[in-house]
Amino acid sequence: MKEFEAFDLPKPSKVNYINAQYGLKSWLLTRDHKRIALLYLGSVTFFFFLGGLYAMMIRLELLTPQGDLLQSATYNKVFTQHGILMVFFFLIPSIPATLGNFLVPMMIGAKDLAFPRINLLSWYIYLLGGLITIYALLAGGVDTGWTFYTPFSTTFSNTYVVAAGLGIFINGFSSILTGLNFIVTIHTMRAPGMTWFRLPLFIWAHYATSLVMILGTPVIAITILLLAFERVARVGIFDPALGGDPVLFQHLFWFYSHPAVYIMILPSMGVISELIANFSRKNIFGYKFVAFSSLAIAVFGFLVWGHHMFVTSQSVYAGMIFSFLSFAVAIPSAVKVFNWTATLYKSSISYDTPMLYALGFIGLFTIGGMTGLFLAALAVDVHLTDTYFVVAHFHYIMVGGALMGYLGGLHYWWPKISGRMYPEGWGRFSALVIFVGFNLTFLPQFVAGYMGMPRRYHAYPPEFQVFNVLSSAGASILGFGMLIPAIYFVWSMRYGKIAEGNPWHLPGLEWRSQSPPITENFETTPIVTWEAYEFAPPSETEIVGKFAGELETA
Amino acid sequence: MSHAASESIHGHPALQHHFENMEQQREAGTLGMWVFLVTEIMFFGGMFLAYTLYRSSYPAAFASASNHLDITLGAVNTGVLILSSFTMAMGVYFTQVGKTRPQIFALVMTLILGLTFLGIKAVEYKAKYDDRLIPGQLIRSAPFGPAVAHEGDHDPHKLHLLPGATVKQVELFYWIYFAMTGMHALHMIIGAGLLTFLIIFSIKERYGPEYHSPVEVIGLYWHFVDIVWIFLFPLLYLLGRHFEHL
Repeated sequence: MKEFEAFDLPKPSKVNYINAQYGLKSWLLTRDHKRIALLYLGSVTFFFFLGGLYAMMIRLELLTPQGDLLQSATYNKVFTQHGILMVFFFLIPSIPATLGNFLVPMMIGAKDLAFPRINLLSWYIYLLGGLITIYALLAGGVDTGWTFYTPFSTTFSNTYVVAAGLGIFINGFSSILTGLNFIVTIHTMRAPGMTWFRLPLFIWAHYATSLVMILGTPVIAITILLLAFERVARVGIFDPALGGDPVLFQHLFWFYSHPAVYIMILPSMGVISELIANFSRKNIFGYKFVAFSSLAIAVFGFLVWGHHMFVTSQSVYAGMIFSFLSFAVAIPSAVKVFNWTATLYKSSISYDTPMLYALGFIGLFTIGGMTGLFLAALAVDVHLTDTYFVVAHFHYIMVGGALMGYLGGLHYWWPKISGRMYPEGWGRFSALVIFVGFNLTFLPQFVAGYMGMPRRYHAYPPEFQVFNVLSSAGASILGFGMLIPAIYFVWSMRYGKIAEGNPWHLPGLEWRSQSPPITENFETTPIVTWEAYEFAPPSETEIVGKFAGELETA
Repeated sequence: MSHAASESIHGHPALQHHFENMEQQREAGTLGMWVFLVTEIMFFGGMFLAYTLYRSSYPAAFASASNHLDITLGAVNTGVLILSSFTMAMGVYFTQVGKTRPQIFALVMTLILGLTFLGIKAVEYKAKYDDRLIPGQLIRSAPFGPAVAHEGDHDPHKLHLLPGATVKQVELFYWIYFAMTGMHALHMIIGAGLLTFLIIFSIKERYGPEYHSPVEVIGLYWHFVDIVWIFLFPLLYLLGRHFEHL
């Protein structure tokens, strides 16, 4: 831990962003990006556990082949609501709105995001969208699936489609505003000397994510708006009875909702790049490739939506192109995985909790990505469409990828955010429990899906029971694993060991402020004279000593 | 002297604490608006896609429905909006050079032209309502149900269908028409609100050569809304003209 002491931290001030002001009003009207990040942290955690509750109900029902706990109508609502809450209210805002909000200004040496009021507004919009969605759930729920396919959603479903759609529509604007704020901040607010290629990869990933947010989200907004009108006023471009085309809905829906997967995974990849480089104390292998692969994923991500529609009336030639492009996304994704692995090579790895999540991410994301290739292959996809194989695949990306990155990042920056250390032993234990629980939940689903078990049914033929029992057992382990960090993070806010400004001894700009930082982040605007991940090279004596050792053995 | 020096360090009173200087603040504001306009393009893009799809599926119905629109009012409105873009640009220019009175005049003119556009649009909507062309049950008391003209009937209030067109397809056109122009009008209303805000602060002499980014940024928004109309006008009003002479 001695190699990086190249800078002196300023003498910590007793005043920081948490205790600078007191009272509920100072939180609810704050413009400080760090406080807004905490507001988001609280609310996404709430939605995560609410969505998790629905997941538990699903797994409990599927323990037995018959429908005993839930009947089909209720079951449809439960999986729909699980999907809506997790996708729109947890996964999409999770990393950008919490860690991104907190860290983007700190990592580039700015005092705040470019538009602090818009940042606060985005949280209120998120909250309003969330409340309307919760209203829809309490009033009677939605049963269309999170995909809202027409004409079921416009004509036949008797549930609260409009209210849920309105919630998602409103929530979309919070995502747009966050993306807009990040893009402008990264372009205009970098500290002197913080050139584009000195930016931490977390920033590159957030830049790419923001591009997807601003280009994709407006499309889902107009789509849901048109859907709501279609349902209420019987006007329509999606309903065949009115001369419309339901496949147009699917095109518009997936034009956003496929890139939305990259809104979830890209920030997570940014976190993992930070964790891998910093916990192996080595400059990332191929910085520019990792940076540009984020942009490449964002661009390719917009060109592959048709792979959700291989079994619709979409032309087979379009299908072939979408299939090819879906394979192409694997290239920038693989660039990242290979570069992370190459970074680990001959580095000094420390297995702290964040690193355990990062290593878990590499394995799980690889499985998720590779199974994505099965689904991108036209002929194989026909067999696998709407089976548990798809469910397992996207959970490996969304939970194994996005959630692992989120948890890893939360542990890594927790000392900076809260000024306290989390308990390391419990951290490692829960990371392990989550990893085991996750795999036990979703690996069997690949097999069940491959054997033909369809998704979205509350009952299934008895031969699939063994996989479902394994899966439900895994889900309870996973749920237990998730509770542990929730408890010790809260615990550590009061009882955790006080963290120093730079507890991991790292060169990044965010570690050059005190923990927790002052409201303005830095006493004076920092001047950046170093590259990203600039760890001191091994000293000359070390090198000589090493050669001497090699000579001796020779 | 020392006072002037401290002013240059702390900057303009409109400088927000997290920016280094006015230049950075202006740059951030302008870029923010450009990025926002990109999201707007994508938002309208969904409707343009639907338009393109159904126009190519039902060309005759789209032409018939388009012929029923009032091309004169549409053209006048196009002129009004282009003129308002000019006065908006003048407003930005006069702010930058610090001429307050012409600046207020230009902004007020822009607002008047914007409201004129909305007024003409309302007249058009009323005519469609009278002809029962509001699609579906958007207005419960007057569901879609235009009278269809038979051959030799030249009543302009009736729907004249070209061969191959059906009333159902015309309804689809009118839904796209109302969705797109309605969304455009909503943006105009928001723009009018922003202009009112600009005029009030211009009268209070808040803007000048050192601080003009709000005028510039709202100007960008105004031009964008105009440009959307420049696309809507030919796509909605003019597409059926050549069918008439078949």
